[in-house]
Amino acid sequence: MLDQILQFLITGVTVGSTYALVGLGFAIIYNASGVVNFAQGEFVMIGAMSAVWLLAVGMPFPLALLGAVAITTCVGLALNKFAIEPARGATVITTIIITIGAAIFLRGAALLLWGKDIFALPHFSGEETLYFGSATLLPQNLWVMGVTAVLVIAVRWFFDRTLTGKAILACACNKDAARLMGINVGLMLLVSYGMSAFLGAVAGILVAPIAFTSYDAGIMLGLKGFSAAILGGMGSSMGAVAGGLLLGILESLGAGLISSGYKDAMAFTVVLLVLIMRPSGLFGRKAADRV
Amino acid sequence: MPSSDAPLLEVTDLATHYGPIQAIHSVSLEVHPGELVAIVGANGAGKTTLLRTLSGVQPASGGTIHFDGEEITRLPAHRIVARGICQVPEGRQVFAPLSVEDNLRLGGYSQRRDGDWVAQKIAEVYALFPILHEKRGQLAGNLSGGQQQMLAIGRALLGRPRLLLLDEPSMGLAPLLVEEIFRVVRELHEAGTTVLLVEQNANAALQIADRGYVLETGKVVTSAPAAALLEDETVRKAYLGH
Repeated sequence: MLDQILQFLITGVTVGSTYALVGLGFAIIYNASGVVNFAQGEFVMIGAMSAVWLLAVGMPFPLALLGAVAITTCVGLALNKFAIEPARGATVITTIIITIGAAIFLRGAALLLWGKDIFALPHFSGEETLYFGSATLLPQNLWVMGVTAVLVIAVRWFFDRTLTGKAILACACNKDAARLMGINVGLMLLVSYGMSAFLGAVAGILVAPIAFTSYDAGIMLGLKGFSAAILGGMGSSMGAVAGGLLLGILESLGAGLISSGYKDAMAFTVVLLVLIMRPSGLFGRKAADRV
Repeated sequence: MPSSDAPLLEVTDLATHYGPIQAIHSVSLEVHPGELVAIVGANGAGKTTLLRTLSGVQPASGGTIHFDGEEITRLPAHRIVARGICQVPEGRQVFAPLSVEDNLRLGGYSQRRDGDWVAQKIAEVYALFPILHEKRGQLAGNLSGGQQQMLAIGRALLGRPRLLLLDEPSMGLAPLLVEEIFRVVRELHEAGTTVLLVEQNANAALQIADRGYVLETGKVVTSAPAAALLEDETVRKAYLGH
């Protein structure tokens, strides 16, 4: 029994790591603009699908991965430049609806380009099973966890230690005051869309060898990442990471111990319960404001 | 009063709309280097809108703004700040979830390539407002109103202002703090900073100003040396309450 639980935990942390990266992407854009970017899941799909495509056209493996991340980041920048920026001044709700439209467009474009087939990337470093106590894991699990850890630390460092990171936080907090400081708010938003797309692409590529990918893979991953972000408290980037890991572990335990058929339902039930009992999320900070 | 020099700020026939509503009608004013100019007027006269338009946060719908001889009417806000127009906005608007020190660093965003200057200026702001140094690690949102006002002023000073715009610095503060804030504004002016001060507290503002403009429903109705405005019968009745 205990061995089984260890096995579920390993699976849960792996899946949760990808949710964490997607959730982090949600949190970054939300932090910078108050907008929930529902095209976040499509970044994950485009990352994985374009990596598959670049491999298929004969690019060497590492280059294909880097190229796919670059393509997705450009898609993120283009989304901001051509869909979000022209609507600046629109309300948050309008902008959110624009991101939903963009998600449908990106999914459709992927369908036309790459078809309906399900693809997988090769594992990064073999498929030889590793033993961790009595539980087993693949090298790819370690890749997922390791790269996620590095990226989470990097994002944390960016927002805690760099002036650009702080400037993005300032835009989120008070756009007009940020402009009065000489911060180019449009540029900061562009940077955050680029970062979110980058994180989404990495998540998609990391998990594609284990979980496969297709033109519509972004829907579920996007929803899970969004759940991670609200579970942790929208706007708290480290909350999104914790939310993602928690969601992954709950899902995996639920699927293993109760029924795998209810895997997704269990994840979303937990999110609903948290929203009912703690609307600001598990780690959402209380507003510190005095007028 | 060095008003014979070329003006640092020259506003000509400026107009601003919020949708179909005209908030400012044809405002013209000048600020000369080294001057402290006050704009007084009742709530809703368009004072805040005027400053927001000068900073480029609110688009102008007519007229021109020249700064140091160059037109800046249509420049984006960050370019205007880079030229040295720094604003202390109405209601402080400090970045509440960030620390006091981070607020100051962000104030120096336009000067970020000159790290030494920013570090030295932050030390100067701490000398000017020792309480900010004491609370430098705390979240700006947890400061009292007066401390937030000091932070907002300090933050604007980090932008290396050639023209400092102050919007209602006395709003919502206890009389003792109002005095403290006005003392600092006067000191900054005496140290050579050019200041454009917007105030409902017309008496306090005109006491320290060189010249004043009276704004009423989006129009300049009077402009004169501050001392003359303080003596003016109509101005006294309307804005000074005696």
